[in-house]
Amino acid sequence: MMRLDAVLVALVVASALGVVASQHQARKLFGALEREQTRAHGLEVEWGQLQLEQSTWAAHGRVEKLARERLGLSAPVQGQMVVLEPQS
Amino acid sequence: MKKQRTVTFNHNPLLKRELPAWRSRLVLMALLGCSAALIGRSLYLQGIHNEFLQAKGESRYARVLEVPATRGRITDRHGDMLAVSTPVRSIWAIPSDARLEPAQARQLAKLLEVDVAELDARLGASRDFVYLKRQVAPDEAERIAALKLPGIHQQREYRRFYPGGEVMAHVLGFTSVEDRGQEGIELAYEKLLAGQAGSRRVIRDRRGQVVEDVESIRPPRDGQDVALAMDGKIQYLAYSALREAMTTHRAKAGAVVVLDVRTGEVLALANAPTFNPNNRANLTGAQLRNRVFTDTFEPGSVMKPFIAGLALERGKFKAETSIDTSPGRMTIGTATISDAHRHGVLTVAQIIQKSSNIGTVKMAQQFSPDEMWRLFDQLGFGAPLNLGFPGEAGGRLRPAKSWRPIEQATMSYGHGISVSLIQMARAYLAFARDGDLLPLSLVKVDAPPAAGKQIFSPKVARELRTMLEMAAGPGGTAPKAQVPGYRVAGKTGTAHKLEGGRYTNKYVSSFVGFAPVSDPRLVVAVMIDEPSAGQHYGGAVAGPVFARIVEGSLRALGIAPDAPITPLQLARKPADPAPIAAVQESM
Repeated sequence: MMRLDAVLVALVVASALGVVASQHQARKLFGALEREQTRAHGLEVEWGQLQLEQSTWAAHGRVEKLARERLGLSAPVQGQMVVLEPQS
Repeated sequence: MKKQRTVTFNHNPLLKRELPAWRSRLVLMALLGCSAALIGRSLYLQGIHNEFLQAKGESRYARVLEVPATRGRITDRHGDMLAVSTPVRSIWAIPSDARLEPAQARQLAKLLEVDVAELDARLGASRDFVYLKRQVAPDEAERIAALKLPGIHQQREYRRFYPGGEVMAHVLGFTSVEDRGQEGIELAYEKLLAGQAGSRRVIRDRRGQVVEDVESIRPPRDGQDVALAMDGKIQYLAYSALREAMTTHRAKAGAVVVLDVRTGEVLALANAPTFNPNNRANLTGAQLRNRVFTDTFEPGSVMKPFIAGLALERGKFKAETSIDTSPGRMTIGTATISDAHRHGVLTVAQIIQKSSNIGTVKMAQQFSPDEMWRLFDQLGFGAPLNLGFPGEAGGRLRPAKSWRPIEQATMSYGHGISVSLIQMARAYLAFARDGDLLPLSLVKVDAPPAAGKQIFSPKVARELRTMLEMAAGPGGTAPKAQVPGYRVAGKTGTAHKLEGGRYTNKYVSSFVGFAPVSDPRLVVAVMIDEPSAGQHYGGAVAGPVFARIVEGSLRALGIAPDAPITPLQLARKPADPAPIAAVQESM
């Protein structure tokens, strides 16, 4: 009888410790998940900002200005254009 | 081995007292009673009436957190960003908590870019909550947070940015500080774009970190992205062509709309004057107006081809039927209608080419007001197109019963009736397509309807295309609308403006056309309000804008030229003097 009691007590203690350990593990993992989610959100925000930046740099008005002023480009006049017919 | 002797103290005679037995029982009972009371109380608190304590306990560590949702992005048809929300912070204060040292106040004022005196005034307010500055960039907010001032708090918000700036301003509209749509697409598609913030209950530990997710009360719903039908390149072309025309002709206002003939999508829509949606200080109503949708005007001669279409459709005229327009004047009732030039006998095709008022009126007189009204109604005049754009105007089309003969006559050449530019552009789809009208769309269409409402037969539409090509060609009213390499067709309009019930000497010049004629892909409608640099004919003012947009757009879309390119470079001998003087006709 005594022995059985001792075994049961030991089991209860072990299971209680297990609960504590797994709870701790769960919280730690949850913390990690939370951090990753925050990071994901941050990255999404950054992506939006980069898209914004990209479309600001690639704005048609800016491209045209650079092409004309810095690179000295211009639209070809009629005689300079060659139209290729697709071979059928 | 010694035998152990046990000493039992309770039988110690010294301790032996003769006490009445009830005393010990009483103590025992009292103790039992106490513990029963305790057990009862704890049963009551934990089992039966446990809400109160549970709520109290939860309020110590459980929190409901708001999960922010972002507003959907707006992109053009190629996926280029047109409107993006990014997080910013708002700085707010509880004035009674914000007791700042003068040095702190100066630091804060510097970071907020406001006057110290103004900051003091705001913090001295007797309210519980004041915004110090809204929509502060995140890094700036970080620096303010680093000051760790008492009573100064921050709040996350979103701000909408428009990388397209003024080019796209009128289509997109803008949002309020609360990130809600106020104008344009932002308002029209508010339901789709707006995100819905969610909330969840969590458990926080001593340091305020979330340690457990209890439940998600409402999941956040991010706003959906909207892909517009707009083509960024064509829009830019339209905008810059319009802006150039505005300066050359010193016009009061102008508008351009470009439609895709095959799908009915709005590829570009530009207005002038415009505004920068990223900086909306000092805006005026004139800048905000989207003239394409909300302004109606008397279209003038751009209306004539519809009458010719009706005439051909009913078989009362053929393209080569001759009509005598001499002597260039005509009296109906007490009013006189005139042509700017005398033309004599013209065919129906020539009437459109030369834009003769008399000829058009003579065709229109063959029809009852009711027949004309029905045509206008079918073309979509007189009622808003219902694209969902805020403030769409329907124009004015009076019921046929109230038309007097002179009114029927003037309406045939576009006076006494008012339309918006988008309505006119859509009506021209009937010529550019094989006589049918598609519903328009501001958002990208994946599966365009194969055919719309039939207005004219394909044969009549084809004949009209030829006439309109003549109008935009040599001998027509808009030779300046021509585009090298492509066949274009279109009609000019020059209307006197109606002010206070009288026609003034101010004009609205317009041009509506399509290209390439062999297989139309684009309808372009241009309207210039009050050009005041000398020229006012639609062909001279709006025609070149059309040409510039069509030339650039067709190239951008990669559409093969359908006209032989005249090799101007190879012509060594000086060009002939302009072979045919441009016939720039009024009305």
